[in-house]
Amino acid sequence: MRPVYLDNNATTRVDPAVVAEMLPFFTEQFGNASSMHAFGAQVGGALKTARRRLQDLLGAEFDHEIVYTSGGTESDNMAILSALETQGARNEVITSTVEHPAVLALCDWLERHRGVTVHRIPVDAKGRLDVEAYRKALGPKTAIVSIMWANNETGTVFPVERLAEMAHEAGALFHTDAVQAVGKLPIDLKSTEIDMLSLSGHKLHGPKGIGALYVRKGVRLRPMIRGGHQERGRRAGTENAPAIIGLGKAAELARLHMADEQTRVKALRDRLEQGLLQRIGNSFVTGDVENRLPNTANVAFEFIEGEAILLLLNRAGIAASSGSACTSGSLEPSHVLRAMKVPYTAAHGAIRFSFSRENGDADVDRVLDAMPAIIADLRSLSPFWKDKRPGAATDAAFNPTYA
Amino acid sequence: MWEYSEKVQEYFYNPKNAGVMENASGIGDVGAISCGDALRLMIRVDPATDTITDAKFQTFGCGSAIASSSALTELIIGKTIDQALELSNQDIADFLGGLPPEKMHCSVMGYEALRAAVANYRGEAWEDDHEEGALICKCFGVDEGMIERAVRMNGLTTLEQVTHFTKAGGSCATCIEGIEEVLAKTNAAMVVEGLLDASEAFDPNEAVRPVRRPKAGKSPLAVTLEPLTKPKLTNLQKIRLIEEAIEGLRPFLRQDGGDCELIDVEGDRVMVKLSGACVGCQMASVTVNGVQERLIEKLGQPLRVIPV
Repeated sequence: MRPVYLDNNATTRVDPAVVAEMLPFFTEQFGNASSMHAFGAQVGGALKTARRRLQDLLGAEFDHEIVYTSGGTESDNMAILSALETQGARNEVITSTVEHPAVLALCDWLERHRGVTVHRIPVDAKGRLDVEAYRKALGPKTAIVSIMWANNETGTVFPVERLAEMAHEAGALFHTDAVQAVGKLPIDLKSTEIDMLSLSGHKLHGPKGIGALYVRKGVRLRPMIRGGHQERGRRAGTENAPAIIGLGKAAELARLHMADEQTRVKALRDRLEQGLLQRIGNSFVTGDVENRLPNTANVAFEFIEGEAILLLLNRAGIAASSGSACTSGSLEPSHVLRAMKVPYTAAHGAIRFSFSRENGDADVDRVLDAMPAIIADLRSLSPFWKDKRPGAATDAAFNPTYA
Repeated sequence: MWEYSEKVQEYFYNPKNAGVMENASGIGDVGAISCGDALRLMIRVDPATDTITDAKFQTFGCGSAIASSSALTELIIGKTIDQALELSNQDIADFLGGLPPEKMHCSVMGYEALRAAVANYRGEAWEDDHEEGALICKCFGVDEGMIERAVRMNGLTTLEQVTHFTKAGGSCATCIEGIEEVLAKTNAAMVVEGLLDASEAFDPNEAVRPVRRPKAGKSPLAVTLEPLTKPKLTNLQKIRLIEEAIEGLRPFLRQDGGDCELIDVEGDRVMVKLSGACVGCQMASVTVNGVQERLIEKLGQPLRVIPV
């Protein structure tokens, strides 16, 4: 049975054209771009092309606004740590409650150990940012705002262009973690006020271990990793040439497929979502359905737990993911769904299906066929479910002692 | 993805004794939906013999929670209540061929559900002894209050000691920063209260201490010149070496209230008996692995340590 891969927000398959583009740079063209000889020069030229391709995808004004890193997490760390150094006496960071741990865990640490004040802007039940709270948090002490472009769990898109303008009115830098947005949404950075943007190669059919931080020309940057002169001294260490070249190809392909992502992939997602809601009761879509990534569906199935759903889906050859606590070894469900005040009864059973251009109609059919029985089986095991309806949980018969 | 044993998968995909029991003799409800785990255990007891004749469960939870619940029902059916109460959560885990350390709490939930159901049958109130406070070690369910108490009662001053006393940090180790914070805070408070000398207290900013290792007698390069195959040991030599190794480990086991005794050696299989606090300890399999590693190191040949 052909596996159905619907976990593209976790990672994507490297496009075969990307692999083909990378291969020579492991073997014949192995040179170090910094070397004076021909081996180095060949690689240097290829890196230049790769940088231009990524520049095109981002709509950046200059190709040297791109600093290659090891991925989204490094880019996020670099942006925030740099701003705290370059912004003088400003020592406050504004972020949101639904960021990726790459931002949230760093902010927690800065707050605990570096005396940084962190404002975490809340979201409403649909996952939309509280813009009024954001306006109030901005001030003369704000060093940097770091707010994601699109949420990895629900796909909800934040109005980052407007948020960046508001940050500048307060004299603060604006960074966005756009790991999920790049390649899925049209982006034109030169027409925005965004100062810094993080992206990751493996989310857009590129290789893992490569990412970039876009840094607008004129924005001062303090390197996090010091050493050689690579990336104009902003990120030392020999360039990961094959990966940078692969990311360049992936960026080119993403641009070519942008229309497909916005139309065909979106239609697949919508058909899956509607089909699931029609077939399965006590389920609902989480996030801002009006304003989200075209590829992401996050559906909460009440009174059952996500890991159990994923295991049964996996047995049916379907790969998806959940914000469930049990898949991560912690006891709390997804911080994103909790921030949206999704009740515990549903947050534990939220499943994310994330599409890519490699998915087709057959994938949707497979999930629609398999899912109703999986949910019904697990609900029949649940003490919160009785006679095909929410049972014990609502009539308070099941009221366990905490253990 | 978790590494679930085949037995866990079998009991998750085809759980036995799932469902509702009408007119159960005792019902035990444990867990909480906020934690993603909840279990209702229903038992039928023959009052004449005090034997559990049937058991059913309903579980809201992950794969291993469902498998643990089902395993529990299989283990208790046919046992008297007293026999059933002798089961530990480790027995549930063992029945399933082991659980990932982060999932041991699923077996603990089964253990507690049984106690709750028996209390309900006997008409007693059942109160769990769960501690309040922030959960620090998610693998073993150790919270801040528990660590603080262990540190205070035993005058602990190092991370290793805290792990030995509470198990916190003994598995995935992602909570080590959190444990260090609680340890530093508690030690600092103890110093202020005059319970601990300041020089003893845990200080996360302390400079690195040199660790003196015995100097190698010859060039490290010479090691590769040694014959790769060691002469075969006689059974007697082997047993002596194993005894010596266990003797060396014993103080550490005793420190935790446990012990280990050599029973027999058959080829590469070394049978040992764990006793004292080791019995039913969540960490027993870790201990066995530790003993095995030490023996392999000492004998220079592969062998398996099997608890009997």
